[in-house]
Amino acid sequence: MKCDIILAGVGGQGILSIATVLGYAAVESGFYLKQAEVHGMSQRGGDVQSNFRISDKPIFSDLVPKGKADLIISVEPMESLRYLPYLSETGWLITNTSPFKNIPDYPDEEKVIAEIKKQPRHIAIDADAIAKEVKNPRGMNMVLVGAASVFMDLDYELMKKGIEVIFGKKGQEIVDANIAALNAGREFSKKNK
Amino acid sequence: MSKKRMLLLGDEAIAQGAIDAGASGFYAYPGTPSTEIMEYAQHSKFAAERNIHRTWSANEKTAAEGALGMSYAGKRAMAMMKHVGLNVAMDPFVNSGITGANGGMIYTVADDPSMHSSQDEQDSRILGKFALIPILEPSSQQEAYDMVFHGYQLSEKYMTPVLMRITTRLAHSRAGVEVRDAISQNDLKLPEDKRQFVLLPAIARKRYKVLLENQKNFLAESENSVWNKYLDGNDKSRGIIACGLAYNYLMENYPDGCPHPVIKLCQYPAPENMIKKLVEECEEVLVLEDGMPMVEADLRGLLDRDVKVKGRMTGELPRDGELNPNLVAASLGLEMKEGSPVPEIVKPRPPKLCSGCGHADMYNAINEVIKGKYGDGHVFSDIGCYTLGALPPYQSINSCVDMGASITMAKGAADAGLFPSIAVIGDSTFTHSGMTPLLDAVIDKNNIIVFIADNSTTGMTGGQKSHAEGRAVEIVKGLGVHPDHIRTIVPIRKNHEEFVKIIEEELEYDGVSVIIPQRECMVTLAQKTRAAKKK
Repeated sequence: MKCDIILAGVGGQGILSIATVLGYAAVESGFYLKQAEVHGMSQRGGDVQSNFRISDKPIFSDLVPKGKADLIISVEPMESLRYLPYLSETGWLITNTSPFKNIPDYPDEEKVIAEIKKQPRHIAIDADAIAKEVKNPRGMNMVLVGAASVFMDLDYELMKKGIEVIFGKKGQEIVDANIAALNAGREFSKKNK
Repeated sequence: MSKKRMLLLGDEAIAQGAIDAGASGFYAYPGTPSTEIMEYAQHSKFAAERNIHRTWSANEKTAAEGALGMSYAGKRAMAMMKHVGLNVAMDPFVNSGITGANGGMIYTVADDPSMHSSQDEQDSRILGKFALIPILEPSSQQEAYDMVFHGYQLSEKYMTPVLMRITTRLAHSRAGVEVRDAISQNDLKLPEDKRQFVLLPAIARKRYKVLLENQKNFLAESENSVWNKYLDGNDKSRGIIACGLAYNYLMENYPDGCPHPVIKLCQYPAPENMIKKLVEECEEVLVLEDGMPMVEADLRGLLDRDVKVKGRMTGELPRDGELNPNLVAASLGLEMKEGSPVPEIVKPRPPKLCSGCGHADMYNAINEVIKGKYGDGHVFSDIGCYTLGALPPYQSINSCVDMGASITMAKGAADAGLFPSIAVIGDSTFTHSGMTPLLDAVIDKNNIIVFIADNSTTGMTGGQKSHAEGRAVEIVKGLGVHPDHIRTIVPIRKNHEEFVKIIEEELEYDGVSVIIPQRECMVTLAQKTRAAKKK
């Protein structure tokens, strides 16, 4: 088992919560893990990414090589395209379609979506809308974890347990809302892959 | 021995390592990518139980000196900083090589190749070599943890400070780390030689000879170090020296083992015998090192004779920037197929000031008065979130060089006749290195305006406690700025007119004016509000 993921988004969108849930499931499964994060200056509204690698064998590089990522998981559509050179020939692009516009020259939304749809293997999901549908407007990230779960050799029940562990302090209601977001994302991918 | 595993950033592994290895004190000033070492120690319950010193220092120099004082008293200490922070701490750093240590002393310095969050990408290994002390360069989070134990042993065995050099990629990457049972801290014990730390010339000359004499011991330690490995390979057409993290990028390209002989180099001075063997056995040597080509340049020598060396200086690898698996693959002549190119419609997304940040209000006022009336080119700035004032929509500032340089550069430009000459510096940067520049300006009665953007925190690195908190005005007064020309204002939109008026009034004054916009950082304010809600 090996899964190399590029997590992408904009500083402040909270891509690291995705890594935390996946990381929990990976560690509980006894897999090796390396996860390179971005701290510091770029966090202030700039583009950020995290290299997330899990494997049943020891992992050397903290960075995913270009052309080797099995998944790009992006919480923002334009940001998903920034990491295409990393995606492998058989890799999947999984991205939120709700844009985060904090630059004056943000490209035409339709063109961004068109570029995403050019990818032979992609899941374009309006994670913001789905999160609202399950009455968890802040659960966008967990919708994407659910959407990605279909493409990973990682125990889905452990992802749920990860959510319990991470959000448990905030109460059962928050845990349930995030599991609902996770399930909704997973269902979407099953239907649309 | 317990077999407990923890998921830790490289920075956190070093902090946990120091706590477990019996450190009695951490000393640091925040700086990406080193900040999380101290933050981890501050949040560690175990460190609290052990009563380990772990509050921030005013700057890297005071941090290094604090750690050295703890070492003098016989206890294990660590000073942590980013690479440019080591420049600030250079005086104690180099001289502590000559005084030597008493209790174990480690400098952990985090370099930032590719300048993700820095002004340069200097390589601290070169400064460790300059100070003639042993250097450790871990290739993984586990090694980072284990090397702290080793570093303290080495430090106490030879009574020398040790440099632990990491880079951004290790500092900010998480992996599983197996931790050991903690050992106890040292007892207070003064140096046997009570003049060891007195660097009067007569004593310093003797101490320097001790350091020089120790070089052969440091080299022997490197030759026999468990961290330096000679890994043989059948294909001798090339030998490879892979330093620190570069070893991972090499092995990423050879998952079934490297066909060439490899030296995994993680402890310096570079092991001469090991390298000699590689050079003699192989037709050429490729050096992979993150940062500057230090080992490569040493190997090549001035006259570039005898040895065929390849690396950053011969174009196999780029001369600047961080290494990665793809660059290393290219240097090995291996093909690696990349994914599709980034579509043209993708636009850069540079960092920017947070929405509602008080620095924005400050720059709006400065732009209206200074840029509006005198044009671009009058504003010297400094290191912090407010450096983002260089970017659109503000484009307000004309310099960012080093901590504190804003005030002294404004002073120098005023000496040259520039009017108006303006400095913009944050509160934490001011207490780091801005107070002595302001004193220079006060003594010379320079006609400058200094803005101390006081957001009560060290913002850029994530909101660490600022030494200036609640005392910026008093410090400025104490340095001799006339109280009539110390002006405070709350930088919010509705105070814009008042802010503009203050700047205009201070432009009329021929002397040092200090304007202090005071409003808490949006990020730390939100954190505090959330924390209060939880309670």
